[in-house]
Amino acid sequence: MASTFETVAGIIADTCDIERDTITPDSHAINDLGIDSLDFLDVAFAIDKAFGIKMPLEQWTQEVNDGKVSSDEYFVIKNLCANIDKLVAAKAG
Amino acid sequence: MRLEYFQMVDRLTALDPEARLVRADCRVPDESPVFEGHFPGHPILPGVLMIETMAQTGGWLVLATLRFASMPFLTQVREAKMRAFVVPGQALEAEARLVHDGSGYAVVEATLASAGKKVAEAEIRYRVVPFPNETLRAQMLENARRIGVPEEFFDA
Repeated sequence: MASTFETVAGIIADTCDIERDTITPDSHAINDLGIDSLDFLDVAFAIDKAFGIKMPLEQWTQEVNDGKVSSDEYFVIKNLCANIDKLVAAKAG
Repeated sequence: MRLEYFQMVDRLTALDPEARLVRADCRVPDESPVFEGHFPGHPILPGVLMIETMAQTGGWLVLATLRFASMPFLTQVREAKMRAFVVPGQALEAEARLVHDGSGYAVVEATLASAGKKVAEAEIRYRVVPFPNETLRAQMLENARRIGVPEEFFDA
């Protein structure tokens, strides 16, 4: 079974037409990979489907906009994957 | 349909957020300035208005699902096909199914049919955001009542 990172990187590569090799765990989806908000909705849809979850994008965006957390927390790929794993675990639990 | 006002849906015939389904009747007007240009001597409903009709139908489902707490705005149309001409006076049945209710976005699959035959289809995606002002929300509620959205969906 593919790791969360492999699945997410594959989704980003396919959805945003980004070379798979340029996507690393430390890549920031927006600042490094240049994914805009509309494309990120496509990524979110594909992730939601692939993992059977509903990523709380509105909440995450609000927290970043309010300055409560750095965007790194949700948009650096390894952190995004960790949050996906939490959502999957919460759903299973 | 009142094409000039972008009121594409005449009446909802089914609205079931639990089943993620909406259906609507939409009758193409006999006359409209739209048909004077599209096309002279061969009036047909523009494909973009067929898409708009499907988008609005799916939009009502999203609004009802969210109980009018937020507003869906069209962001993407995928795999759109216009399979047949639609002419003035033609009765259409629109149907949309909610494929995914995401956080801040929604995805529907919609069709447009006439006399049981599919004339258009598309996957439609929306960005779902708070109403930008009370004027729009009030107008959407008024439109919702006009097309028969039950009051139980207005409790946001």
